[in-house]
Amino acid sequence: MVISNSFRQLGKYSLFLKRAFTIPDKWGISFRRTVMEIINLGVDSIPLVIIISLFIGAVITIQMQLNVSSPLIPAYSVGLATRDIVLLEFSNSILCLILAGKVGSNIASEIGTMRVTEQIDALDIMGVNSVNYLVLPKIVAFVVFMPVLVVFCIGTSFVGGWLVAMFTDLISVSKYVYGMQAFFQEWYVWYGLIKSLFFAFIISSVASFFGYYVKGGALEVGKASTNAVVSSSILILLFDVVLTKLLLQ
Amino acid sequence: MIEVKNVTKSFDGKTILHDVSAKFYTGKTNLIIGQSGSGKTVLMKSIVGLVRPEIGEVLYDGRDFLKMTDGQIKDLRQEIGMLFQGSALFDSETVLGNVMFPLVMFSKMGKGEMLDRARFCLERVNLESAENKYPSEISGGMQKRVAIARAIALNPKYLFCDEPNSGLDPKTSILIDELLHDITHEYNITTIINTHDMNSVLGIGENIVFINKGHRGWVGDKQRIFKTSNEALNDFVFATRLFQEVKDYIVTHGQDAPPE
Repeated sequence: MVISNSFRQLGKYSLFLKRAFTIPDKWGISFRRTVMEIINLGVDSIPLVIIISLFIGAVITIQMQLNVSSPLIPAYSVGLATRDIVLLEFSNSILCLILAGKVGSNIASEIGTMRVTEQIDALDIMGVNSVNYLVLPKIVAFVVFMPVLVVFCIGTSFVGGWLVAMFTDLISVSKYVYGMQAFFQEWYVWYGLIKSLFFAFIISSVASFFGYYVKGGALEVGKASTNAVVSSSILILLFDVVLTKLLLQ
Repeated sequence: MIEVKNVTKSFDGKTILHDVSAKFYTGKTNLIIGQSGSGKTVLMKSIVGLVRPEIGEVLYDGRDFLKMTDGQIKDLRQEIGMLFQGSALFDSETVLGNVMFPLVMFSKMGKGEMLDRARFCLERVNLESAENKYPSEISGGMQKRVAIARAIALNPKYLFCDEPNSGLDPKTSILIDELLHDITHEYNITTIINTHDMNSVLGIGENIVFINKGHRGWVGDKQRIFKTSNEALNDFVFATRLFQEVKDYIVTHGQDAPPE
């Protein structure tokens, strides 16, 4: 029962994406909506990304220092470990899990409210492809802007660690900065960026899907919003494993 | 003219519409009436294509909606205007933006022409002063009028209204009814109104289709409804004492006799 229901949902999701990825009725309107969504979903997320990254970067640095305080391990390894944790996991997977909460619930509740107030029916009646009109700009905007958020996250996390080095005596700034540069592998940056594109697609499309098929009223919109966050979080974790296996081995 | 022939629709094995046939005439306010749960909303949704009947035909001036290609349906949709129960205005757009929306999406007008047309439609519903307000800043009655302005923006041939008076006070309801009636005659539109408001039935019911438990229960107009012997229709329309007294008065004195 659960399996057949999952396959049914997967089929419905595929058809939903097929409707989303069609040629827009008016390119100009679609472009304007995409720019608007970049601001709503992307630019408006920057403050959250900066705050979280700053503190988590600082916390990772402190925890690394506490865990590698051994005479056998060079002090600069704190900077190195902080950098690799941020590049490999925090700036993409963990960031996207956090954004699944903010952006995912935003999308699901916005589209869900449009559904229960018949705004989507109004679009359909007019002959507008409502999925293409509402969902495609959100997916494109979030996928396009996600690398910018990842770069903000990486930069701010490093600043968080640097502030710990600057204002505490846990590690010297020079060793932290040296560790940041030591044994740097450029591929880790690309790996993080590639993963984030997949996660951005999952967050925006899954949240739109749950919002679009809401039936009922305000209560169901809330439930759809929660389901969107839970489902996209699980899918992010699943794809994290798959992509790590594919990209790092 | 819109004609439905032998339309049957079920949900989860339960038949909601049983073999319903009806005609809705051009230039007339056509009303679909019936109790809550009778199937009138499903009938309207079947006509506009929001649900697909299992059996039957939906003919728009002879063109069968259920046999149309996606392209033909898209073209037809531009001939349709719809007023939803909750108005369904776009929250993120101003009143003017809402009325301009169908023009922006489907017309080949320049921006100036679109603005003129949208303002003309707003004037038609006496809302020219509210064009810069957002839907959340205006009353329910005003929202309905904006929705009417949006529905007529593309000069539709067919206008559908789902319970246009729900949630409105009696005076505003009459205003909306009169507006729909006037627009129908002015532009020679085929208007179908889904309602259970008896004031609307007796006020603008030029062609009335009564749906009872998923079946077509009765067809007629506001004059004939007073003389009907259809028990289910009488129970529904003249359920209140006031309407029963109105009926008795009109049957006794005739519709044009002045009230005492």
